[in-house]
Amino acid sequence: MAPKRKPKLSVWKFASCDGCQLSLLDCEDELLTIAGAVEIAYFVEASRAMVKGPYDLTLVDGSITTAHDAAVIQRVRRASKYLVALGACANSGGIQALRNFTDVNDFIDAVYAKPQHIKTLKESTPIAAHVKVDFALNGCPINKHQLLAVLSAFLQGRPPMARSHSVCVDCKLQGNVCVMVMGAPCLGPVTHAGCGALCPTYHRGCYGCYGPKETPNPAALSAWFSQRLGMSEANLVRAFRAFYANAPAFRQESEAHDK
Amino acid sequence: MTASSLKVGARVTLAAGDFQHLLDALAGRGYRVMSPTLEDGRLIYGEIGKVTDLPIGWTAFQEGGTFRLEHRQDQAFFGFAVGQQSWKQFLLPPHQTLWQAQREGSGWGIIPQVQEIPQFAFLGVRSCELEAMAVQDRVFLQGAHVESTYRARRESAFIVALNCAHQDPGTCFCVSMGTGPRATAGFDLALTELLQGEEHGFVVEIGTDRGAEVIRQVPRRAATSGEVDAAARAVAAVAGNMGRRLDTTGIQELFYDNYEHPRWDEVAARCLNCGNCTLVCPTCFCHTLEDSMDLPGAVAERRRRLDSCFTVDFSYLHGGSIRTSPRSRYRQWLTHKLATWIDQFGCSGCVGCGRCITWCPVGIDITEEVRAIRETAAGPPKE
Ligand code: SF4
Ligand code: SF4
Ligand code: SF4
Ligand code: SF4
Ligand code: SF4
Repeated sequence: MAPKRKPKLSVWKFASCDGCQLSLLDCEDELLTIAGAVEIAYFVEASRAMVKGPYDLTLVDGSITTAHDAAVIQRVRRASKYLVALGACANSGGIQALRNFTDVNDFIDAVYAKPQHIKTLKESTPIAAHVKVDFALNGCPINKHQLLAVLSAFLQGRPPMARSHSVCVDCKLQGNVCVMVMGAPCLGPVTHAGCGALCPTYHRGCYGCYGPKETPNPAALSAWFSQRLGMSEANLVRAFRAFYANAPAFRQESEAHDK
Repeated sequence: MTASSLKVGARVTLAAGDFQHLLDALAGRGYRVMSPTLEDGRLIYGEIGKVTDLPIGWTAFQEGGTFRLEHRQDQAFFGFAVGQQSWKQFLLPPHQTLWQAQREGSGWGIIPQVQEIPQFAFLGVRSCELEAMAVQDRVFLQGAHVESTYRARRESAFIVALNCAHQDPGTCFCVSMGTGPRATAGFDLALTELLQGEEHGFVVEIGTDRGAEVIRQVPRRAATSGEVDAAARAVAAVAGNMGRRLDTTGIQELFYDNYEHPRWDEVAARCLNCGNCTLVCPTCFCHTLEDSMDLPGAVAERRRRLDSCFTVDFSYLHGGSIRTSPRSRYRQWLTHKLATWIDQFGCSGCVGCGRCITWCPVGIDITEEVRAIRETAAGPPKE
């Protein structure tokens, strides 16, 4: 049964593009139902945070890239009973974790006119590297139907479900003919399901934007990409160094080809 | 020829130019004709209405992890072996809502699911695919628990089989499994395409009375012995040129004696545990149930969907998964297909269609894996 008092929901944003939070706003048809089921207690950028709480359910998007954010996430965690990390940034460090493979000061010098005003950490890290995450919802951005399922499961007091098998399973259930066997490289066999096999449905290879699946085997996929599909070492690095560059399985694979 | 000579077992010849009449006769009886067809340059099974919807003049080159459509020199209607999809997608849909329930006061009321049973005519069903249906019949129709959706769809389906001829050897190994390439039972009509010598047409074997009724509505003539021989030769040529071979001697003992064979580690290093092999296999039947509820908690739903023993969730029992290693999952798949299936259902779980080889993204080949284990088999454990 749903608790009598409406659960308090807070939503926090760290370093990210906002796409995952927008998925929540994108739930147009369901927003009123959500507003009826939970009390939306906090929904602004973390950088202006006054952490009050306590919150029953906290959604966090974005990665930790500054000392300030590293402190805020500790307070958010203390104020939250159940914390869900949303998306590639919160769960792996995001595309901004490309800095982890190089010296961040080179970027700062190249991008900013007055680099002395930029205060940033050397690495972009996932929320779980700082505090306990109760549930990880993957994707870049997340799938709004999965987000609704997570909210629904929370309200019903059930564990949320987001299958961690390969994109291939969903791809086959859609009836798609495999683009990889037809000749195009596809990261689907090592990528976490959740998108409904969006890219292969439109005859494109998967880009891995939901991160590594359970027990992934990127080395075996790379071997096929290079030996059978003629992919260069540089392109293998690019294939695995994107949205989930810093996720251990993908990170290890891109580093293996980055000689 | 007279209508009364159109008996079960009779053979007639249908000219390629009259093939449309067959499609029309099926459609006229209310069937949705499902057939190999091209969609965006992909070979699928889909609904067709016209002869020109067939993949005329195409063939398929198949290898482990590779499938390419290529032009043929001739205008063959069915000049390729099987593609990725199989008929199982129509007989038991990969997604199905089983029931919904609505909160009513302090209890729940069931919302009945109205099941529409489409009437399919499957056109171009290969012998291995007929055998795969027979395997799934054992799974879904025998014993105390009959699968009602499968039964309704299966019983109403009209089957036009196609004996394999004029195709690339690809990854097929039905001869090893005793399942092809000629359809021997389980069809209403069975076609063999004639391309060489005689004019382009089909020798049609009548398998059932309802098959005879359909043929009565189609222009045809009695098949000549020359045509029957040509058809038999074309099928024999496929049988003599299989893409793969699998030695099934003592296959159960081979697996049961070699649970710890080093080859399992070797294949696990290449296997992506992506699940594609089980999902394309025409006999794999595993499904899972998923429950969900809407946001206000007013409507609950139970859905069934196709699953695969390659996922870690598949073997989730209380407290955890029992097959966490990719090695144990690959071993489960192959052992079930080729050995424990025989204990369970009295037949092999593999009909030699080759799909799991072609559609494995990294070309893992079950015939190769069996050979590797056989070559260095441990033999029965010592007493
Ligand atoms: S297209 Fe990609 S995701 Fe789909 S089955 Fe093939 S490899 Fe997997
Ligand atoms: S396995 Fe045999 S019956 Fe099946 S498509 Fe190949 S040749 Fe035909
Ligand atoms: S054998 Fe091939 S298709 Fe099957 S799980 Fe392994 S990699 Fe995927
Ligand atoms: S195991 Fe492979 S070859 Fe055998 S029936 Fe299944 S898909 Fe076809
Ligand atoms: S091989 Fe796997 S998916 Fe196929 S029937 Fe057996 S357990 Fe099920």
